[in-house]
Amino acid sequence: MTTPIVNNDIAVDEARLLTALRERDEAAFVSLVRRYHGPLLRLAMVYAGSRSVAEEIVQETWLGVLQGIDRFEGRASFKTWLFRILVNRAKTRSERESRTVPFSALAASETAGDEPAVSPDRFLGADHPDWPNHWCAPPTDWGASPDQLLLSKEARERIGGVIAGLPPAQRQVITLRDIEGWSAEEVCNALDVSETNQRVLLHRARSRVRGALEHYFGRE
Amino acid sequence: MSTADAHEMTCKELVELVTDYLENALPPAARTRFDEHLAACPFCTTYVEQMRQTVKALGSLPEASIPPAALDALLGHFRKWR
Repeated sequence: MTTPIVNNDIAVDEARLLTALRERDEAAFVSLVRRYHGPLLRLAMVYAGSRSVAEEIVQETWLGVLQGIDRFEGRASFKTWLFRILVNRAKTRSERESRTVPFSALAASETAGDEPAVSPDRFLGADHPDWPNHWCAPPTDWGASPDQLLLSKEARERIGGVIAGLPPAQRQVITLRDIEGWSAEEVCNALDVSETNQRVLLHRARSRVRGALEHYFGRE
Repeated sequence: MSTADAHEMTCKELVELVTDYLENALPPAARTRFDEHLAACPFCTTYVEQMRQTVKALGSLPEASIPPAALDALLGHFRKWR
């Protein structure tokens, strides 16, 4: 009889899958591919300009896993090793394709200039006698918790569409920070961006997503 | 009391500082002004709450699953490798 797998047994389960993979077990390979497809694809999107390129990078990553699994000694976690393969493949690829704009250039252009978090027409004028620069069209309570907000497929597609439509540096930062849950420091290191610029990009991206959710969940 | 205290934060300023606030990156004086404004302004309280909800919602997006064709291609490679 097998023991059912609970959350805190994931590491044990993963060790079992890796052993099985070394023994050329196809089902173990499929389990790992399914388990990591989402995170790998999102990480690949950080480096790739399009979904199709990102999917190719993920494919190449799994080929790298097959080539390297017999030499993988488990000093780092499998996940760390896997993500490192992806990042290396993605970087090799973008060096090959010289048209790729470096992140620093994207970050510089996306942090320049003003980009108000909220449309200026939602505030009273600076010359208002009592309440200068205070709300005239304030936000109203969405009356739902975050997981309720995303219950419908339509809402999830909507938010996915908003993320996809963000300027590239903003998209990369918000994907790693808020969707993948990386720390600010990890993002600064991975993208080679200053703390301040990381925060400006995150702020602009979050403000846009909030605006889109507000529009979707009804402001009036 | 002066009519417009130069140090009082406005709603328009606050919405630009929310991320610095949530990231604990505001200098102490600015953080105090931010908190004072929030305590007195239900609209900005709602705004900050919506930013928090946005972050949490992003963290609970479901994972993409692998398209069948991509899985088939990988299985082809796997069988050659094996």
